[in-house]
Amino acid sequence: MTGQEFDRRGFLKSAVVVGAAAASAATIASPEVAQAEAPAAATPSAGPDAADYAFFNLDEAAFIEALVDHMIPADEVSPKGTDLGVNVYIDRALAGSWGKGDRLYMQGPWKQGAPSQGYQLPLTPAQLYRAGIAATNAHCLKAYGKTFDRIEGAQREEVLISLSTGKISFDNGLPVRVFWTTLYQTVIEGMFSDPIYGGNRNKAGWAIIGFPGIIAVHRDHVEQYRGKPFPTKPLGISDMS
Amino acid sequence: MTTKLREVDVVIVGLGWTGGILSKELAEAGLKVVALERGAPRSSESDYSLPNIRDELRYVVRHDLMQNTARDTITVRNNPQQEALPMRRLGSFLPGEVVGGSGVHWSGHTWRWTDMEFKIRSNYEERYGKKFIPDDMTIQDWGISYAELEPYYDKFEYTAAVSGKAGNIGGRIQAGGNPFEAPRTRDYPLPPLTPILASEMFTDAARNAGYHPFPRPSANASQPYTNPDGAKFGGCQYCGYCQRFGCEANAKGSPHMTVIPIAMRNPNFELRTHSWVTKVLKDSDGKRVTGVTYTNVLNGEEFEQPANIVLLCAYAINNVHLMLLSGLGQPYDPVAQTGVIGKNYCYQTGAAATLFFEGKYFNPFMNAGGSNATIDDFNTNWAFDRAPLNFVGGYNLSGGFNTPLPIGYRPVPSGTPQWGSDWKRATAKWYQTAMVINASGSVMANRYNCYDLDPTYRNAFGQPLMRMTFDYRDNEHKMGRHAAQIVNDIAKSMNPTRLNAASARTDPWTVVPYQSTHNTGGTIMGTNPRDSAVNRYLQSWDCHNLFVVGANVFPHNSSYNPTGPVGALAYWTADAIRNRYVKNPGPLVQA
Repeated sequence: MTGQEFDRRGFLKSAVVVGAAAASAATIASPEVAQAEAPAAATPSAGPDAADYAFFNLDEAAFIEALVDHMIPADEVSPKGTDLGVNVYIDRALAGSWGKGDRLYMQGPWKQGAPSQGYQLPLTPAQLYRAGIAATNAHCLKAYGKTFDRIEGAQREEVLISLSTGKISFDNGLPVRVFWTTLYQTVIEGMFSDPIYGGNRNKAGWAIIGFPGIIAVHRDHVEQYRGKPFPTKPLGISDMS
Repeated sequence: MTTKLREVDVVIVGLGWTGGILSKELAEAGLKVVALERGAPRSSESDYSLPNIRDELRYVVRHDLMQNTARDTITVRNNPQQEALPMRRLGSFLPGEVVGGSGVHWSGHTWRWTDMEFKIRSNYEERYGKKFIPDDMTIQDWGISYAELEPYYDKFEYTAAVSGKAGNIGGRIQAGGNPFEAPRTRDYPLPPLTPILASEMFTDAARNAGYHPFPRPSANASQPYTNPDGAKFGGCQYCGYCQRFGCEANAKGSPHMTVIPIAMRNPNFELRTHSWVTKVLKDSDGKRVTGVTYTNVLNGEEFEQPANIVLLCAYAINNVHLMLLSGLGQPYDPVAQTGVIGKNYCYQTGAAATLFFEGKYFNPFMNAGGSNATIDDFNTNWAFDRAPLNFVGGYNLSGGFNTPLPIGYRPVPSGTPQWGSDWKRATAKWYQTAMVINASGSVMANRYNCYDLDPTYRNAFGQPLMRMTFDYRDNEHKMGRHAAQIVNDIAKSMNPTRLNAASARTDPWTVVPYQSTHNTGGTIMGTNPRDSAVNRYLQSWDCHNLFVVGANVFPHNSSYNPTGPVGALAYWTADAIRNRYVKNPGPLVQA
């Protein structure tokens, strides 16, 4: 599976090079080449095509897909992270107003401050994410000779433990724990927010925990189901719109 | 260029609970009232309706109803030696920013604070001697009594549709209520909410331990209700989306569906939304204020609104900020201990345990804002002897849930991995089978916990941000340790399969994560202008036609939620203005 995603990225990157070369070498790019190769890009059906991303570039897309599938593996509890659309949720969040720093006080001067003073970086969430992925991949290259999406599962586990405990530091100076906190929070959001935001596909995140979603009327249920499991098929906003 | 408008009788800054109550009461008294609200108009019908209101990401995580920190925030530090830095996004507390203010997104917990708070220094000195109160603990009596405030508590409870069980009616203790509450003239307007399993189990455990559990009084209508003003409430649906959300059922007592629409129907009242007040204007002799300056945030146009009476009814922090920005009163200096504006900022503290019961279904998504059961044995109970523990104040304990929606609430036993299949299995197993016991504790005033204007950072209007200096002191640490022990004793007596035990907090106060929107003090009330900013009628000692209404007048913070006395004091102030001040404008208390 990792190989399959690698292939897709490899193809898309080379296609861009070919396209650019064709555009500069001739006045008309060869439509045959693009058509002949196109089905290969569409083959991996799990998760969206890289071309669907609004924020992530190819390296970042490979990183986030590997990350969410590692943190949320397919098992008897739920489908894997990309099948839940967690990567899509994160991409949309970063491309949107939150990612661009909506509601974030962005005036300097910028100081590190104490942990009790909260977030103090001069970065929007999107900028933080971009720098954090690059720094994590730089760490992986140094430690394993490959980027995060190409290392083994056990190595990915090691990287995530290092990020979450702050055991490593990034060469670019980005505070590891600040990046991790944002990364983790957005994975959780992608798993449990309403499906209108692109994650929690088929409400599978809610189904894991038996959360009924937006079902609103529990007035009679309080007594009826006190101490008993509440049979539920979760509903989201679009189910009632 | 500033456009000067025609003078009105009253200008009100901020339209939440206090602004709403005063708008209605003063417009009914025949005064011409203009309310200026920085936020947008929103209504239950179009904004808090199904299905879109049921959106944890939008309302809880992204703060849709809250103050936008890109435009105005505060700077924070733990002590005067530290450099304050801006709170770049909201976290620890969440001031509202719409018509209705924080009264839209509260849970509804409505308490009557008693003489235990209002006469705090006298009480402790009398019982334990003057030396019991540390030198740097700047607590003081409030200059008001419970008996005086009782009718106004009653009025607020009946306006906001509080469901609960009286514990003390006219001195007679009532079974099932809080036996430690002060005497009330009558019961709550509505019976208690239907208990959930977690509150039942906590109730049994607390009773077995010899404590006195009772249902938490809350402005969540336990059945359909029409308040004395004619505002109609639906019955609470136990939907689980209470705190941070507007209520689609109009079951949560909120100003936007009670006092504000009633004021709006009165021709004496006018609401201007998107109106950001930047300054209160002082008369040349400094004895009166003449009105306010505000900006229409939709186009940047600036106005001066002259008024005979100015009422600051914004969120507690913003009221103090406006006083400092306007040069009203003497700013507090913690070193010299002179001045009053900014003094005695207080917050709250706590400790919580999570209890896991294999196979027991709590259905955490079915609850009202006030579903939790509570005990006050370590709070409003003087039989709880503070002498051996050596702290001032107290805490209330409750069992149940607090916004148990899945982005923010996914309890797992300590030691569970944070990701992967084991994490998923634990999350799936315990989401519905865990409950929480929480202690909410008071914070006593300290001379170094205060507000002033930040020397460096500015808001979108070019004005200095408010600077907050705050940390917990020994007093709170001692109380926290006691609270954590009692929480854990009760929790263990319930024999959970697993327990994430409570621990007392030892770290400094931090701006993340969310703790409580119960910020108090800064323009405190008292008996004389030397150590308070306003008198017992919340009237400025310096300018008699300026009233500052909200939790900013509390000289210290109790363990209770503040909205009960905030609402009662708004009605109390409205009475003082309409019955006394208007007839004879001047100081209502002689300094």
